[in-house]
Amino acid sequence: MQFGIFTVGDVTPDPTTGRTPTERERIKAMVAIALKAEEVGLDVFATGEHHNPPFVPSSPTTMLGYVAARTERLILSTSTTLITTNDPVKIAEDFAMLQHLADGRVDLMMGRGNTGPVYPWFGKDIREGINLAVENYNLLHRLWREDVVNWEGKFRTPLQGFTSTPRPLDGVAPFVWHGSIRSPEIAEQAAYYGDGFFHNNIFWPADHTKRMIELYRARYAHYGHGTPEQAIVGLGGQVFMRRNSQDAVREFRPYFDEAPVYGHGPSLEDFTAQTPLTVGSPQQVIEKTLAFRDYAGDYQRQLFLMDHAGLPLKTVLEQLDLLGEEVVPVLREEFAKNRPANVPDAPTHASLLAARKDAPVQQAEEEEGARA
Amino acid sequence: MKLVVVSAGLSVPSSTRLLGDRLAAVAAPAATAPEPAPADVQVIELRDLAVQIAHTFTNGFPAPALADAFAEVAAADGLIVVTPVFSASYSGLFKSFFDALSVTDEYALTGKPVLIAATGGTGRHSLVLDHAPPRSNALARGDPHRPLFAYLKAVVVPTGVYAASEDWGAEGLDARIGRAGTELAALMAGLSGSSTVRRPPRRDSFEEVTPFEQRLAALSVPGPSPAP
Repeated sequence: MQFGIFTVGDVTPDPTTGRTPTERERIKAMVAIALKAEEVGLDVFATGEHHNPPFVPSSPTTMLGYVAARTERLILSTSTTLITTNDPVKIAEDFAMLQHLADGRVDLMMGRGNTGPVYPWFGKDIREGINLAVENYNLLHRLWREDVVNWEGKFRTPLQGFTSTPRPLDGVAPFVWHGSIRSPEIAEQAAYYGDGFFHNNIFWPADHTKRMIELYRARYAHYGHGTPEQAIVGLGGQVFMRRNSQDAVREFRPYFDEAPVYGHGPSLEDFTAQTPLTVGSPQQVIEKTLAFRDYAGDYQRQLFLMDHAGLPLKTVLEQLDLLGEEVVPVLREEFAKNRPANVPDAPTHASLLAARKDAPVQQAEEEEGARA
Repeated sequence: MKLVVVSAGLSVPSSTRLLGDRLAAVAAPAATAPEPAPADVQVIELRDLAVQIAHTFTNGFPAPALADAFAEVAAADGLIVVTPVFSASYSGLFKSFFDALSVTDEYALTGKPVLIAATGGTGRHSLVLDHAPPRSNALARGDPHRPLFAYLKAVVVPTGVYAASEDWGAEGLDARIGRAGTELAALMAGLSGSSTVRRPPRRDSFEEVTPFEQRLAALSVPGPSPAP
C-alpha cells in the first residue's frame, strides 16, 4: 500500500500571526514539503492544479519536474489535473516528458475542477464538465497508446496524423487515477478504463465515500478488469497531530476555525465526528485511518492533506516527521494484516512494464486457444 | 400515508407551529378517509435545526439530524409548510431550509402536494403567499411563497392560509384551515402512489449509472484502443 501527501497549494494567512506568505515562499514550501515526504519514507507527493488566487500551483509538471530532480524514490502525482480545461494533447506531452525525467516515478489524477470561472477562462463551458472529462480523457488515453492518432471530437480541433512526443517511457502510459467527490459518472469512467479511483474523502461523511467506492468496484468488475476487491482505490485523509491530543486540538483550532473550506462553519468537534478529519495523537490518527478500510475495503493509496489553512512550514515539517516515523510504519503493518493475497498494489511504472512484457505471451496463448 | 409539517416558527409556544398543527389536524384524517387511521404526522421545527441548516452552506453536506429531516420530507406524501412573515416574505430560515434541501436532493419536492401557510402580526401581509406587491411599491416587495414551491416542482394546494394575530380571535380562520386541509388531503389521496408525478429517476444516481459506452457514443467517440 502507498502512503503520501497531497497539497492544494493555497496561500492562506496564518490566523495566529495574520501573516500571509508570498507566492514564492509558498511554492518553495511546497517543494520543501515534497522533499520531506521522501525523507520520512512516504511514497507519493501530489500537487493540486489551480488557475486563480489564492492558489499557486498552476503548472504542476514544472514543480514535479523540479521535485523529481531532487528525489530518488518519491512517486510524483497530481490532485488533480484538470481534464476539462487543459488540452489533452498538452497533458499527454507534459506528463510523458515528466515520466522520462523522473525515470517513471509519475502518475496523475484526473479531476474536473470546481471553480466556475476557470471554464470560461479556458474557453470551456462548465455545463459540459462531464462530457469534457469523457472526451478529453478518451483522447489522452489514445495519445499515450497509439503512435499516430487521427481523431475528431466535439471540444477540440481535429488531429490528423498526430504523434504526441515524447512517447511514454518504455511505451508505458502513466497510471491514471480519476478523482471525484460526488459524481458517479467519474467512478464509472475509472471503472470502464480499469484505472484507479480516488475519493478525496475529507470533507464528506464516510457513507457518501462508501457509496462512490462501491459503485466503482462493482463497475470495475462489470467491465472485466478483475473482481470488485481488485479495483484500485485511493483515499484522502486530513490530520493534525501532537503527542498529546489536547495539544493538537489547541494548536489546530485557530487554523480549523479560519480554514478556507470549512472555516466559520461547524465546530472542530462536530467536523471530526462527521468526517475523516483527525486532530489528536498519532495513535488516534492510526485508529481512524485503519477504520477507512471498514467502508472502502482493502485499498491501494492513502494520501494525507497536511499543509493548508495557513499552517507554517515548520509545523508542517514536524507533522510529516510524526506521520513518517510514528503513523505510516504502523499503518503499513496493520493494513497488510488480513489483506487478501489477490488484492493488488497500486500500479507503478515498473509493475505496468512487467505486466506488458507478460502480455504478448498471454495474448499468443489466447490466440492459440481460439484456433484450437 | 405520511404528512410532514415544516414549521419555521421561532418562539415557544409559536403561532406558526399552532397553525401547522391545526392544518395537520384537518388533513391527516381526511387524507386516509374512510380508513379510520389518520396519516402519520411528523413535525419538523426548523428552529432546532437552524445551526445545521447554516452549516450545510459552509460544509456542503447536511449534518445527521438535518439529513434525517430531509429524508422525512422526501418520504412524505404531503407537506404543510408554515413560516412567519419577515420583511414582507417568508423567513430566511424557512428559505434556507429549502435551499439546503434542494442542493442535497434536487427532486425532494417533485410532484409532492404542499400546503403553504404563514403567520404575521398584521392582516396587511395576507397576500404574501400568492402575490408580490406591485412594482410601484418596491420597498415593500417580498417574494411570494407559491412561485418558490412551483420552482421546486411541488403541487401547491390552491388555498394557502395566512393567519394574522387578529385572526386567532376572529371568525373565518377555521373555515380557511378546513378548506386548505381538505384540499391537501384530496391531493395526497389522489397523488399517492401515482408514478407520473413522482420524482423522475435521478440522472446518474448510484442505482442507475449510465453505461460508459453510452456516454462515449453520445459524443461520437470510439472506445479505448486495445493495449499496445
